[in-house]
Amino acid sequence: MAPCMESPTSRSPVAYLPLFTSLALGLAGLAACSKPAEPAPAAPAAAPAAAPGEEKAPAPAADKPFTVGFIYVGPKGDYGYNQAHSEGAAQVAKMPGIKIREEENVPETVAVQKTMESMIELDGASLIFPTSFGYFDPHILKLAEKYPKVWFLHCGGMYVEGKHPKNVGSYFGYIDEAQYVAGIVAGLTSKTNKLGFIAAKPIPQVLRNINSFTLGARSVNPKATTAVVFTGDWSLPTKEAEAANSLADQGVDVMTMHVDSPKVIVETAEKRGIFVSGYHANQSSLAPKGYLTGAEWNWGKIYTDYVTHVKAGTAFPHLLRGGLKEGFVKMSPYGAAVSEETKKKADAAKDALTAGTLIIYKGPLKDNTGKVVIPDGTSQAQTDVELEKMNYLVEGVVGKIPS
Amino acid sequence: MSQPASRLDFEAVLVPLAAIVVSLALFGVFILCNGVSASSVYYEMYRGAFGTWFSTQNSLTRAAPLMLTALCTALPAHLGLVVIGGEGALVLGALASVVAAHLLASFGPWVVLIGMGLTGAAVGALWLGMVGALRTLRGVNETISSLLMNYIAIGVFKQIVEGPMRDPASLNKPSTLPIGDANMLGSLPGMDVHWGLVYGVVACLFSYVLMRRTVFGFSARMVGGNVRAAQLSGISVTKRVIATCMLAGAAGGLAGMTEVAAIHGTANASLICGYGYAGILVAFLARQNPLAVIPVALLLGGISASGGLLQRSLSLPDATVNVLQGILFVVILASETFYGRWKRAPAATVPAPAASVVAEVA
Repeated sequence: MAPCMESPTSRSPVAYLPLFTSLALGLAGLAACSKPAEPAPAAPAAAPAAAPGEEKAPAPAADKPFTVGFIYVGPKGDYGYNQAHSEGAAQVAKMPGIKIREEENVPETVAVQKTMESMIELDGASLIFPTSFGYFDPHILKLAEKYPKVWFLHCGGMYVEGKHPKNVGSYFGYIDEAQYVAGIVAGLTSKTNKLGFIAAKPIPQVLRNINSFTLGARSVNPKATTAVVFTGDWSLPTKEAEAANSLADQGVDVMTMHVDSPKVIVETAEKRGIFVSGYHANQSSLAPKGYLTGAEWNWGKIYTDYVTHVKAGTAFPHLLRGGLKEGFVKMSPYGAAVSEETKKKADAAKDALTAGTLIIYKGPLKDNTGKVVIPDGTSQAQTDVELEKMNYLVEGVVGKIPS
Repeated sequence: MSQPASRLDFEAVLVPLAAIVVSLALFGVFILCNGVSASSVYYEMYRGAFGTWFSTQNSLTRAAPLMLTALCTALPAHLGLVVIGGEGALVLGALASVVAAHLLASFGPWVVLIGMGLTGAAVGALWLGMVGALRTLRGVNETISSLLMNYIAIGVFKQIVEGPMRDPASLNKPSTLPIGDANMLGSLPGMDVHWGLVYGVVACLFSYVLMRRTVFGFSARMVGGNVRAAQLSGISVTKRVIATCMLAGAAGGLAGMTEVAAIHGTANASLICGYGYAGILVAFLARQNPLAVIPVALLLGGISASGGLLQRSLSLPDATVNVLQGILFVVILASETFYGRWKRAPAATVPAPAASVVAEVA
């Protein structure tokens, strides 16, 4: 048994230790509390937040830097979701008169509320980008009501006009378009016709990526199938490595993923000598031989646009969504293993998606149990809300949605 | 308090304080090695943790769940058990409290909140009660079982939240139906700190009184001191073990309930954020004393509150504050060896050994 366990029980007088520590610390805490409490505690809150303007107020005074806060749910060097956002933040930092403040590894708990508040109170931030999906409800909504003069722009596309505070905005990209193009590259590069997809959770966004990737692959290689593995959570490196190895063992020779940090999967694929297509950010440095391409976010564009709007006080849409056409998502540069012919076909699809002439989800479309999910003659374009509720895996996907 | 106070009191205050000072000094060396000014780090930490009214409230809010989850480890420790199942008790307590909220929704906020608290605590109690029962009836190591039961609890939690209790509208972040704004637990008057802090403090005080000032506590500590002696004195070890583990679980379940009722308003995977594990650290730093849990939770709350500011104003990595926590943990455990060194020394020779402690540890 742990030796320290004995002391509080057998040597009871030592029990006074905590009492006094608590007193000491308590006093320290009280001292800290009471000092600023006297001159109106709310005062510091209002001061920095007041400057950047109400809804359509003029631009803030030029002498004060405009502070923008970025909050990430994981490490910003994760080769994935958070790195993509952090790269966008770096572009904002280059804008004149802008100061950025970043905080990583902020969980979706009261911690993020405190981080946002701390950015407003202590750093004087007037615009905050809380970048994790789970920050929105209730955390952002709560803070937005408390600080009506600060902008909260959230990644996830969840803003509803009339329901949510006016100083909140939400943006998201149709990254499944990029996965469709990546699927074409994968379908043409695979020799075994077996593709692999390592996914976190069976939620609509993830299912849509799996399906688009598979549809892209099968549009050029009807024999291609995608074996899917759900790991159950956004960041489980050991499970992801196991899944990558097991897919490689099954003969999969191109894999892609939808997890927060694709690092382990990309590295495992490279080690196993198979091809890999990235996600979120560019992982080509992790797999110089096997990296084909990848579906990447292009947050830099959205962030610089937003900052320009907010700083100038001009009106802009609260809900921003876009795909390849709007420049919200992009493809990683093709790797060495991609043939010229493959590049041509992939580029053609990319151009068609950019032009809006290619619709990924059109009937007749069957799921992998044979049920028709989109009947012949109908199609669901990129912005169709039906796609946001996706709950099936298309024909050609090997695996099923865990219930 | 009572009789043989003076010299042991002095020791009980001095050793942990010296350990904290030494930890901060070692942390400063670590910071310097990384080419950052240690004084600016200390200043930012102070500013982020207790420097302003806002920071103080931030620290208090972060300390609230840690007080409750620390009791999951600190209470069974009185019986000589190392239980680390706070995370499991928290998530299942949270889930149960949401069920209660929905069942009682028609009775109004007061009934809902009381029902949530009782249900959350009850489920947490059953969960860790099982750990106690396995230990005393089946001889299963309580540390291993409580650790493994955390994984089971999280698995069950996810299965239910993503399955039968899923709000169909929560497409991309599976959650249960919200308990409703009217049923949320509010803030303490004049503060932006939720009532969970009061629950935590009250639970710690209650646990302290229970363990130090009641017959139950005395008998429980007897079990911890010497099981055979306790049995010979006619104490039912089984009952004490199970009851104490249940109390510990109730604290964890209550932590889950406050997270739901004060913060999230629903149960989803965001609840699984390691409060249960952080509680283990708090309990050990508090040397398993329920009263010491309060200041230690405040200290750790302050450290985590200051972590963000270190990242933002000094561009230090997030792991910086984890390093400080690690150093604190090691130094405080090492400082255990300094207790009892001055037993024969006359009372009230306060200043002289003070310096030597620091010197020896450093």
